[in-house]
Amino acid sequence: MKMELIQPFINAADAVLSQGLNSPMEIGNLTMEKEAYRRKGVAAMVELSGDIEGRVIFDAAPQTAAKIASQLAGMELPESDSLVREAVCELANQVIGNAVATLNDQGFHFRVHPPHLHTSEHGPKITPNTEALVLCFETSSGSVFMNIALNYGSSVKGSASSVSA
Amino acid sequence: MEQFSPIKRSKDGQAVRYLIVDDSVFARKNLARIIESFGGEIAGEAGDGMTAITEYERCKPDIALMDITMPQMEGIEAAEKIVQQNPDARIVMVSSVGYQENIVAALQRGARHFVQKPVKPEVLYEVIKYVLGEDGVVAATAGAGA
Repeated sequence: MKMELIQPFINAADAVLSQGLNSPMEIGNLTMEKEAYRRKGVAAMVELSGDIEGRVIFDAAPQTAAKIASQLAGMELPESDSLVREAVCELANQVIGNAVATLNDQGFHFRVHPPHLHTSEHGPKITPNTEALVLCFETSSGSVFMNIALNYGSSVKGSASSVSA
Repeated sequence: MEQFSPIKRSKDGQAVRYLIVDDSVFARKNLARIIESFGGEIAGEAGDGMTAITEYERCKPDIALMDITMPQMEGIEAAEKIVQQNPDARIVMVSSVGYQENIVAALQRGARHFVQKPVKPEVLYEVIKYVLGEDGVVAATAGAGA
């Protein structure tokens, strides 16, 4: 994926996680995956359509998700609490929404669909010419993963080469 | 959470009543916590635009906090419908999708303000005061923040 598309997601994750957890975070591993996505714990998926299409998955181990949700909620939440899953969805919504806002102001037009929990072990197959970019953010509560698989939509395919995420 | 000097209704000194609209239960709880730190009262909640319209008519809040990206009916359309029925409705859009087009569309359709998620309580507090205008008054309390 081109850096112009990646950077807003990194910046948004940095801003949202740092503010929400009230501590700085670091970007850990950055890898490309051609295989279908495999869920790591509590995962939320947001789909995008428009000039850029695809999906972004926000994922954290159950223990990490519970710690993050507890921090955001201002009270201790057990891993089993449904609010933990809700918190991951909302975090995904905020990170992706902020990134999309930046991209929109750069001229890309999107529709962001509401986040939903990704409960199956594997994600949808990635198309042959698309890879997923997996970013790992090291937070004070543990590792948070963002898996991005996006392509230019049909409206801009003519003017830009296919973008692999 | 930081406590703010309570914002009251100037007409009767009562707590400002809020309708919170967001498809995320977590976001609604978080907003409710912030509102309570302003001395506000939660008059109702809704998880989508359709329910928001019904809930607005039921509870007639002083302010509605409205998310944009929601299932069934999105927040901007719901805001427009509420304002059509209630021209004095004070609707503040609260969304992570804060790009120019969305903000302009929301304001054109009757929203009074826009707050970007993640919500900073001190920002929302100032927006609430601004949107209430003369209909709101900040009650002085000893040791209160902001």
